[in-house]
Amino acid sequence: MIYLRQVLAHLRKDLRLEWRSRDSINGMLFFSLLVVVVYSLAFDPTGYPTTTRQISGGVLWVSILFASVSALNQAWTREQRNQVLDAHRMAAAPASALFLGKALANFLFVTAVELVLAPIFVVFFNLHPLGQTSLLLLILPLGTWALVLNGTFFAALGLRARNRELLLPLILFPIAIPSLLAMIQATTAVLTGDDMLNPLLWIQMLAGYDIIFTIICLLLFDTVLHAE
Amino acid sequence: MTQTTAVQSAVLTPAAELVSASRLFGSFAALRNVTASFPAGSCTVILGENGAGKSTLLRMLAGLITPTRGTVQVLGQTPQQSRGRVAYMSHAPMVYEELTAMENLLYFQSLQGPGCACHGSPEMALRAVGLDPHLTRTVGQYSQGMRQRVSLARVLQTDPELLLLDEPFSNLDVSSAAQMVELLADFRTWPVAGGGQRTILLTTHQHHLAESLADRTLTMQHGSIASVTTREPAA
Repeated sequence: MIYLRQVLAHLRKDLRLEWRSRDSINGMLFFSLLVVVVYSLAFDPTGYPTTTRQISGGVLWVSILFASVSALNQAWTREQRNQVLDAHRMAAAPASALFLGKALANFLFVTAVELVLAPIFVVFFNLHPLGQTSLLLLILPLGTWALVLNGTFFAALGLRARNRELLLPLILFPIAIPSLLAMIQATTAVLTGDDMLNPLLWIQMLAGYDIIFTIICLLLFDTVLHAE
Repeated sequence: MTQTTAVQSAVLTPAAELVSASRLFGSFAALRNVTASFPAGSCTVILGENGAGKSTLLRMLAGLITPTRGTVQVLGQTPQQSRGRVAYMSHAPMVYEELTAMENLLYFQSLQGPGCACHGSPEMALRAVGLDPHLTRTVGQYSQGMRQRVSLARVLQTDPELLLLDEPFSNLDVSSAAQMVELLADFRTWPVAGGGQRTILLTTHQHHLAESLADRTLTMQHGSIASVTTREPAA
């Protein structure tokens, strides 16, 4: 119960900081919209059935991924300013609570961007899902959690590195490949209605990935926070 | 006889102890083979020029850096095990600029462990350092001196047994610094849950300000302890 209260305290703090600065959300929104618009110009959305529908799942996740990375790189900047991170390192609260609060906050920020992005994406790509649309309600949160969880963790890992903005994508992308594959395939399956791509199988894989990496990140974060 | 020994050992029990502690940053030795003991209930003022190793010593006791060689004990445990019983105030305020002082203190209070017997509320801590708890301005809009006070309020509200203060009087005007000295003197009298004593270690370049507080003055030079002066008890 105390642990939950501490996680919520971190989450509330991050939401409040973001509400006052809007650093992450504005940057992410601008970047992802730019990607969607550029891709929609590159591919003919009116030609159906075309490759547009087949690649739309990938385009959606690429725009979310790149936007997330730009925000996740800054996820710990506020903690570094004024040496607040040292206060966290000395606090009695478990380090994993700080990590979980931060990851949940990032999850909400990316979800907010997705809520704005999704309708625009549908309009620009002239889409109507041919598969089971309700599955997107599973795919989007599971995929987003996979991205922000590892992103938050590796952003913390690179805190003391000089080239941390380069380091995050360098470490994150290879580790995120299984989740990226699952989220893109599942989304494409829903959008194309292709029976050959079994979306449930990919969703199960995504859920498994989320569970495994959530446990690993929570267990290892204390070591990351207190590393010199 | 046994009672006397017990009392003596309680008085002499070190709140913090370094044995042959060294700290290297690359090839630079910030601390060189330092052996020192800080008795519980005492106030030690650490003096020294920039780069003498004062901040490194405090950060080591705070558990923020580990010694390259030697051992460090704080409140009878490793610094990591003493988390929550030790508070550290650094040059930087260690608070969020986008939050108000009260929001910062409430947030840090919520991170205390279940065993925390916090001496006062964030409101009391802010009043103690001379700040209005109802200030709606965020810390980013505060002066350096006000940030310093928020930082002190943040550490005081955790009710620490060992208080580590790195240059607490920098950025403060003379009267604010005098108020801080009074507050620290008062802090030493606050009761500790479990019957312990409160210990203060502070570094400063303004020794005259901390003179009234200091039981011991320790001077550092090139990462080593150059001299230790103990104040004679009043006759």
